[in-house]
Amino acid sequence: MSEVATEVELLGLGDDALIAAQRLAEWVSRAPTLEEDVALANIALDQLGAARMLLAAVGDEDELAYRRDDHQFRNCLLAELPLGPGRGDLDFGWTMSWLLMLSAAQLLRYTDLAGGSDEQAAAIGAKAVKESTYHLDHARQWMLRLGGGTEESQRRVQQGLDGLWPYGHELTEGIRDRWLAIVEPVLAEAGLKRPDDRWRPGGGRDGRHTEHLSYLLAEMQSLHRAHPGAQW
Amino acid sequence: MTATRADAAAIAGAVPDPELRVVTIGELGIVRGAEQAEDGHVVVTITPTYSGCPAMDAIRDDIRSALAAAGYADVEVKTVLSPAWSTDMITESGWAALERTGIAAPGPSGTPTCPRCGHQGRPTPVLQISRYASTPCQSLWSCRSCLEPFNAIKKL
Repeated sequence: MSEVATEVELLGLGDDALIAAQRLAEWVSRAPTLEEDVALANIALDQLGAARMLLAAVGDEDELAYRRDDHQFRNCLLAELPLGPGRGDLDFGWTMSWLLMLSAAQLLRYTDLAGGSDEQAAAIGAKAVKESTYHLDHARQWMLRLGGGTEESQRRVQQGLDGLWPYGHELTEGIRDRWLAIVEPVLAEAGLKRPDDRWRPGGGRDGRHTEHLSYLLAEMQSLHRAHPGAQW
Repeated sequence: MTATRADAAAIAGAVPDPELRVVTIGELGIVRGAEQAEDGHVVVTITPTYSGCPAMDAIRDDIRSALAAAGYADVEVKTVLSPAWSTDMITESGWAALERTGIAAPGPSGTPTCPRCGHQGRPTPVLQISRYASTPCQSLWSCRSCLEPFNAIKKL
């Protein structure tokens, strides 16, 4: 990231956080334990908070969140993917692999923002860094437990990694080496295999998304589109 | 009305936190200050503990109504992010009030002291049950000495 964050970069980061928040919210009332339910809801809330700050920095947050179509979103594809092997699936091991990949990248992006010369972006970055550190640590601890747990827990977390890894290329554009320096040691410690770098799906930053984003937006935007300006 | 600028800041600071009613938003370090212009327009500056904290809207409303009740008709509540809020901004009286209701401070080593029995985690441990609890700024613990669960403010 250049020293001065551009609007495009802020929009991309804001969309990553917004879409991730909506995805994570699917876990509410469905997590494996009550504590984890609260944890995932809190992480989703942090993501939403970061999204609001970032989107408000580039425009009207409600307009941006509720009135754009899928091709106008600039999030990376990883953020919009289902949190399990297929659409509608929710798999906890898969979700922790997703959160590890996402939060490591967000931590680096926010750190860069915090060190930049744009005062407003730096303030947002400094705030979000603290929260991302917790998200990354939460994912890391679960990766260690699931990777070092039973055969079944290891199989599922590895399955998530294998399925999501290709999307990490778009996620980490420009920060790949620093990102690997965070993620690889976690995989090694958890006894998980780093997947091969094969295909590299991308296009999210240019508005070319998977079909999953359309379903997610339909749910997120339907109320506002039916009742513009609704408040509750 | 002969209220001064200091009064506006004090009134805003005395508003109880909507989630943790035992402490004021002044004690939590959420209120950064208040400025009153010649024409009576008051600007109260606040900072969020966590960026997605859902209590922020309630806090803004509570500040406006507390100041309105004190005679300030024209109040604006502004949110600033820098410097980012940290647990170090909680005042001593804030920590004391939290502890009285059973919410512990994070503790220098990261392990809180049990607010119910004063146990410090050795040799019987104080265990972290979850990094996240009933509000974004707290974590959930269990004291193995008195066997009670408790919340602690997360270090930020």
